[in-house]
Amino acid sequence: MNRNLILSFETSCDETSIAVIEDGHTILSNIVATQIRSHQRFGGVVPEVASRHHIQQITSCIEEALNEAKVGYDDLSAVAVTYGPGLVGALLIGVTAAKTVAWAHNLPLVPVNHIAGHIYAANLEKTIEFPAMALVVSGGHTELVYMPAENQFEIIGETRDDAAGEAYDKIGRVLGINYPAGKQVDEMAHLGHDTFNFPRAMDKEDNFDFSFSGLKSAFINTVHHADQIGESLDKNDLATSFQQAVVDVLADKTIRAINSFPVKQLIVAGGVAANHGLRERLTQELKNMPTELRLAPLPLCGDNAAMIGSAGEMLFRHHVLSDEGLNAEPGLEFDYIEKS
Amino acid sequence: MKTLAIDTSNQPLSIAVLDGNELLTELTMTTHKKHAEFINGVIADLVKKANLQPSDLDRIVVAEGPGSYTGIRMAVTVAKTLSMTLNIELVMVSSLLSLSLNVDSDKYLINPIFDGRNNNMFTGLYQRQQGKLINVIEDQHTNVDDWLKKLKNFDQPIIILGQTESFIDTYKKTLNNQVVVANSLTNIPRAAKMGIYSNNLEPVNDINSVVPKYLRLTKAEADWQKLHPKEGDENYVEKI
Repeated sequence: MNRNLILSFETSCDETSIAVIEDGHTILSNIVATQIRSHQRFGGVVPEVASRHHIQQITSCIEEALNEAKVGYDDLSAVAVTYGPGLVGALLIGVTAAKTVAWAHNLPLVPVNHIAGHIYAANLEKTIEFPAMALVVSGGHTELVYMPAENQFEIIGETRDDAAGEAYDKIGRVLGINYPAGKQVDEMAHLGHDTFNFPRAMDKEDNFDFSFSGLKSAFINTVHHADQIGESLDKNDLATSFQQAVVDVLADKTIRAINSFPVKQLIVAGGVAANHGLRERLTQELKNMPTELRLAPLPLCGDNAAMIGSAGEMLFRHHVLSDEGLNAEPGLEFDYIEKS
Repeated sequence: MKTLAIDTSNQPLSIAVLDGNELLTELTMTTHKKHAEFINGVIADLVKKANLQPSDLDRIVVAEGPGSYTGIRMAVTVAKTLSMTLNIELVMVSSLLSLSLNVDSDKYLINPIFDGRNNNMFTGLYQRQQGKLINVIEDQHTNVDDWLKKLKNFDQPIIILGQTESFIDTYKKTLNNQVVVANSLTNIPRAAKMGIYSNNLEPVNDINSVVPKYLRLTKAEADWQKLHPKEGDENYVEKI
């Protein structure tokens, strides 16, 4: 019997991940080799170091993914791979390895946008229903993606400067927290009070775009000013005030988006989707709305190949295919739709 | 034995398919730098034109570095993935040795050079003896002045090849007539030569642990090591 099995590759940043996904929903294996401890030495991801780790890990991850799924190459339907956006040198390892495996075993090759992958983390739990909206928030991305139907992705809003997760890492450094700072800041934010009232940039503007660099600067200036006059600030209050500003803007813009584009489901995905402050706030906001809230499962919020396999299965059904000429596209983006 | 040989260590891309000592197909080009875009397509085309299927291959030979970081990573990624996925032999060859195979004569000391910028180079010293290439000084990343001090200990003529342009004047000042500069085609590695040469070499035991030979730490790692001289050997990547 022919099974619907996708072998998927994800190497866009600091995780080498290979998965086997059945029917677009079932995770047979999802191997994730994370480089976080390595980059913690440098306080953030160093691209050349990331590439060096990826090439070291890639084949053992493929072997483990197939072994754990108990499938061979003959069982596979297709190979799917993240080809952007991300770090070019990191993407190239996954893309090149995926092209090689596909060619060696005469398998179709499906190119997957990393953002589509994040959104499809929700699909691993339950089928996405359209039209749908996705808020994708991570260390590298902050965007609202409108999906009128399957395989249609339109950006209606995105960050104009820092990604939300990037802002967390930068203010984390000021608080003495190593990258990735999101989890610890989130924990501290649950212990303090919003006493600093940091700016909610672009919150009142009539668009769906975000900006976090002003908030980051306000935070850093507040801490530096206190240092200079010898005043000590409550770190939990700082964290709470920062997180409240981030969550306010993310939630307000997202609610406005689903009011402008009626959708069946709101998907929240990406590394920052693991943030409890954000999850709690959106759960609260959508309680009395007709839109179903689909928070990506916590273990699948960060980068992983399972989500790429789920998106890959959908794209494969839509005959989205590539070949040996596939290249990494570090700046890959969905089309941006201006608000009319 | 059907061998696929790959060298994309620097701007030239050279890929060959061989049957033992016989060349079936080969492509060598210098017009494109973006190996990532071409490498898989060229391999597919050369294997097809050799009337072979991927599963007919018995052995992969790859130039493992030093060289352009991305260039050697592309070749080694293809090579290690292909040998793992087809369960065939993988042979790693120094990229400097691969280039040195262009010199047939045994009267020279062979000095392949890859430009590492700012007077630095990736280099080594080789010599032909009864058809084999002997490594006289190991491959290294070095400043040209430090390297030339080592070369002064030798009397034989030294032929330099590869990315020699920015070093020729310095070499001539130090070694005078002892130095010979290779002509144009000698500066381009040929995968077919590497493929044939590797017929007598042992394949690697553990394909999964294979990494390129960068011969240089990243700046971030080098700076970190200076501050943490006692750490650095642990495994920083964890499967979760």
